[in-house]
Amino acid sequence: MKPWIEKQHHLIDFTAQSLARRKGKSLGLLVVYTLLVFVLASVSLYTHALRNEATRILAGTPEIVLQRLIAGRHDLVPPGYVERIGRIRGVQKIEGRLWGYYYDSVLKANYTFMVAADREIAPGEIVVGPALERTRGLSEGNGISFRSYSGELHTFIAAEVLPHESELVSADLVLMNEADFRRFFAYPAGHYTDVALWVANPLEVRNVGVKLLDALPDSRPILREEVLRTYASIFDWREGMMLALLSAAILAFGIFAWEKAAGLSAEEKREIGILKAIGWETGDVIAMKFWEGFLVSLLAFLIGYVTAYLHVFHFEFTLFAPVLKGWAVLYPSFALTPQIDGLQVATLFVFTVLPYTAATLVPIWRAATTDPDTVMRS
Amino acid sequence: MLELANIRKVFNQGQHNEYWALKGIDLEIPPAQVSVLKGPSGSGKTTLLTILGCLARPTEGRVRLNREDISGLPERFLTEIRRRTFGFIFQQFNLIRGLSAVENIILPGYPGGTPRAQLLARAEALLADLQLAHRRDAKVEWLSGGEQQRVAICRALINDPEILVADEPTANLDSKLSAEFLLILHRLAESGRTVILTSHDPLVVESAVVDRVYSLRDGLLIEVQHARRAAP
Repeated sequence: MKPWIEKQHHLIDFTAQSLARRKGKSLGLLVVYTLLVFVLASVSLYTHALRNEATRILAGTPEIVLQRLIAGRHDLVPPGYVERIGRIRGVQKIEGRLWGYYYDSVLKANYTFMVAADREIAPGEIVVGPALERTRGLSEGNGISFRSYSGELHTFIAAEVLPHESELVSADLVLMNEADFRRFFAYPAGHYTDVALWVANPLEVRNVGVKLLDALPDSRPILREEVLRTYASIFDWREGMMLALLSAAILAFGIFAWEKAAGLSAEEKREIGILKAIGWETGDVIAMKFWEGFLVSLLAFLIGYVTAYLHVFHFEFTLFAPVLKGWAVLYPSFALTPQIDGLQVATLFVFTVLPYTAATLVPIWRAATTDPDTVMRS
Repeated sequence: MLELANIRKVFNQGQHNEYWALKGIDLEIPPAQVSVLKGPSGSGKTTLLTILGCLARPTEGRVRLNREDISGLPERFLTEIRRRTFGFIFQQFNLIRGLSAVENIILPGYPGGTPRAQLLARAEALLADLQLAHRRDAKVEWLSGGEQQRVAICRALINDPEILVADEPTANLDSKLSAEFLLILHRLAESGRTVILTSHDPLVVESAVVDRVYSLRDGLLIEVQHARRAAP
């Protein structure tokens, strides 16, 4: 075993020297390869972290949101509706919600106005999301006026700014009390935007959904797991779109890598001839080339992955954020929780390191099996 | 002892340009002596040398090393024999550019898995023996022709081979360096190594260090001259 390890050690030494001797080619390949791993790893780390973030945030949301439909469109929940739901078994808590959108012509952005169920907000006061603090310069005690859809001007005092940790879901939020909300939007009394339901037993959620449909045929229950699935699809779709756009670059890299790895220069062929003549076996030459491919791709993988990690979790995914986050005037500014998924790393490793290593081996076979006596005749 | 029996070698067999380089050679290479294969260009001396050095296989005939038939061995075993038994010095030296003298010398020791420290100690001893210790870390492309050849000799000796094979070793050397090279060969034969070389350089063929001269022409062995070795 020891001579075998010693031999691999020698081969790695020789490979490292060979790479150092061909600095231009090796560095060029390493840079392009690292760039590719960086892009792929950035996209994959970001979407993965975003999905997890969404899951984490949605964990505190109700299991079911019930909307009322008229002609297939979302309509207000009429009075008496909430009371009818209360009789369904398995429902732990039920709550009519009030929320809506407001277009701010100053910023040309939409805010989400909402009545906070879990906190008391004094009349004439609002609690705002961090994006409003940033864009409208709102801080505690400042006043702001919104013109309602009826043309009336309403002035509110910002009582509090929501914490930045929740920015992914609260960037554009404006919380107020029920009376202010109804007055501002001229919302009919007793009506709600939708109904939130909490179900104690997670296995019962689907059953409750079916019961809701039976009891209220004009309603649409939206399960939390469906929302999660939708988020996942959106991120998957965006990730896919981005990778599709990048596929041309990936293909170009493939051709470049193949050419660089596979194309043996006359000097390299000569060297292989010499090595064979002085007693290297075909297997030794192939092992040497294997180490070359493996070292280059492993190094590129490590550098690319670490840079991608820094890019996503420390530099807020600056390069590709507009593509993956989507478009908005009020961009949430949020830091993702750093995390690495083993399966994701393994997949990226398999799709980058292995093909390159294999690509270096195939053409070398031919060169390595040349007769050692050719060197005598060169 | 190396013995060849009825060695024939063909290139491009079955094609319109089929060419028989060797047409039936029988010879014995005595141990611990300097033997020279001489002949004009195209006589088959390099082909014969590649067969003697296990770099190529004969199309027909037998090669025996120390009475053992090695002509039918698979490539792996033949490479192993080549590595342990033979050291090669090529006409163009065939050193690997970009590597230092010492790195070139230890290359044949890599496949055997000999520890690096051991290989370096051997290489340094060889360099010292050939008065080249001061050029240990110089890149080979910076060395003179004579120095390059001495590095090639060190490389050929790193695995302590029984037989040293050299193809036209003086073709790129002037008379002084050729004489020095022959002196080294003499010392190696004196220490018990078998030396086989090809040459048509009269300085080599007529040298006092040479024990046997095999003359080839058109793929046939036409004459064997024995000489009594004297100090050069």
